[in-house]
Amino acid sequence: MAKPFRETLETKDFVVTAEAGPVKGSNVTKMIEHIELLKDRVDGLNVTDNQSSVMRYPSLGACLLIKEHGGEPILQITCRDRNRLAIQADLLFAYSRGINNVLCLTGDSIDVGDHKEAKPVFDLDSVQLIHLVRTLNSGKDMTGNELDGGVDFCIGASATPSADPIEPQLIKFEKKLNAGVGFIQTQAVYDLDEFKRFMEHARKTDREVKILAGIVPVIGAKMAAYMNENVPGIFVPQYIIDELAQAPKGTGVSKGIEIAARMIRQMKGEKICDGVHIMFIGREERVPDILEAAGL
Amino acid sequence: MIIAERKPLEEIKNMIAGYKRILVVGCGTCVTICWAGGEKEVGILSSQLRLASNKEENELSILEAVVERQCEKEMVEELRDKVQEVEAVLSLGCGAGVQTVADIFEDKPVFPALNTAFIGMPEGEGLWTEMCGACGDCFLDRTGGICPIVRCAKGLLNGPCGGTRKGGKCEIDPEKDCAWVLIYRRLEKQGRLELMRKYYEAKNYRAVKRPGKVQAVQA
Amino acid sequence: MEKVGKIIAFCCAESAYRAADRAGRLRIRYPDNVRVIRVPCAGRVSVLHILKAFEKGAAGVLVMGCQEGACQHLTGNARAKERVKYAANLLQEAGIDGERVKMVNFGPDMAQKFVREIKEMVEKIKEGK
Repeated sequence: MAKPFRETLETKDFVVTAEAGPVKGSNVTKMIEHIELLKDRVDGLNVTDNQSSVMRYPSLGACLLIKEHGGEPILQITCRDRNRLAIQADLLFAYSRGINNVLCLTGDSIDVGDHKEAKPVFDLDSVQLIHLVRTLNSGKDMTGNELDGGVDFCIGASATPSADPIEPQLIKFEKKLNAGVGFIQTQAVYDLDEFKRFMEHARKTDREVKILAGIVPVIGAKMAAYMNENVPGIFVPQYIIDELAQAPKGTGVSKGIEIAARMIRQMKGEKICDGVHIMFIGREERVPDILEAAGL
Repeated sequence: MIIAERKPLEEIKNMIAGYKRILVVGCGTCVTICWAGGEKEVGILSSQLRLASNKEENELSILEAVVERQCEKEMVEELRDKVQEVEAVLSLGCGAGVQTVADIFEDKPVFPALNTAFIGMPEGEGLWTEMCGACGDCFLDRTGGICPIVRCAKGLLNGPCGGTRKGGKCEIDPEKDCAWVLIYRRLEKQGRLELMRKYYEAKNYRAVKRPGKVQAVQA
Repeated sequence: MEKVGKIIAFCCAESAYRAADRAGRLRIRYPDNVRVIRVPCAGRVSVLHILKAFEKGAAGVLVMGCQEGACQHLTGNARAKERVKYAANLLQEAGIDGERVKMVNFGPDMAQKFVREIKEMVEKIKEGK
């Protein structure tokens, strides 16, 4: 059985988590392949929840699969699709099946997804969600009723170090830290100077929280431009787009992995943060290559 | 003010298909101001329907009227004589207006010619922007007068989300400002950023139980 | 000549009406199914006037005002231009070719242009048939 993530956060110098993307359907074969491939190579494995508002197999179900296969799952819950009742119920279920780690997210907007006429829920926001999990951890539900059988989640949240303007994001980030999170998985980081400044601010607010830098390999100049335009929270800087444009044809993926690994080495070597969170959706089978190239 | 938009003509024609005598009735208040359902718009819609029915060689005779406020029973009552002469009523009122007409004249089919959209204000000539979501639990004191429920695409009370685009634009629309960036700038201008730093608990979405009822007392 | 429906020409008193008048004095021939309506300014013509003209059987409507920047009432011809565009859309929605309504700009002595525009509209209507 995998080591509890909470323990790893406390004891390991450089924590590594990765993300697996679920299938659009009930055929979990590929997901299980990815889980088997990654479960022993990372300290925690996230599964996204209707990411980019595209309907898929739920994070909760995928986390059960991870558990069944001996991995350490990190459940992702967004506020977009579930109200406070559904969220609390799902958390009780998750805990009862051995899922102890939860990442609290607002959720992408309905408009970027493939069910554009759906009613967005957003009964809660991510900060309220963090508070909610803390409340459940203390043995009560959101309206103060005692729980018959409690929960004890390790709570995480996200952050966006590259936002422009950055000040409103920092205020939001501080609220998350003050709400009491054990770990942060940031959105994709590309600019290390900018990230260092963000880390300074983070350390001032909360020395204890573990911050894992988001790593999203970019495999081509066109992909980078597309992501900048369409994927919320991602800003690939021009110099990386240039480096990718200069790579010989057909080497895009390797180049992207090379750039990502280079960044990870620097983060680890200079102790910039407490670890990384690798997101290579659609190419989960290449994650071990990144880990190897980064010396993890 | 309530902002509405006229439905496409095709949709309206389908609603009234088969009826040979109709009353087209507008409203003199909100929908007049937002150029959707006032006297001019009643005239224009009626004219279009006549032109279309002539072309398609359908029989259609149209009576036209405007009521000062279509959501007031007494004012809608004034239409009684005209309503008796027709088979159906096509209302250019907002949702409240259409339903008031439908309630008063229960034996007549009443159709909505408008899509009621939101409570808003004019940003430019003929350009209306949503301002208020009628949530029944106004939060404007804490955000420098900018509503996060409708002007933030996700209705966050502790914003912004991580999806803000470069330059402080909203995740869903590069032309739209992120409401929380606007709130930040407004509070910063007033030296009241501590309001944004506060943690706000989950919203009471049942502050107004739908369908809402308010009993007021005249002073 | 084949019978074509009436054309209503709303003519601004300062420009188009004078041009029409001049065409008459110079005895330039133009189709006789045109009804010229003198208005103080093209901006006086409403969207409803245009629609009603078609309702009453017109086959085409011309809104004729001063040249851009030369409107005696400053913005009348600009407003007329917007209204004609809007009316064209409304006509299209109702199943009538939006090109049957047109905005034209004139100087007061442009008699030839007046005749040309009438003839063009007649052609357009004939083609539509």
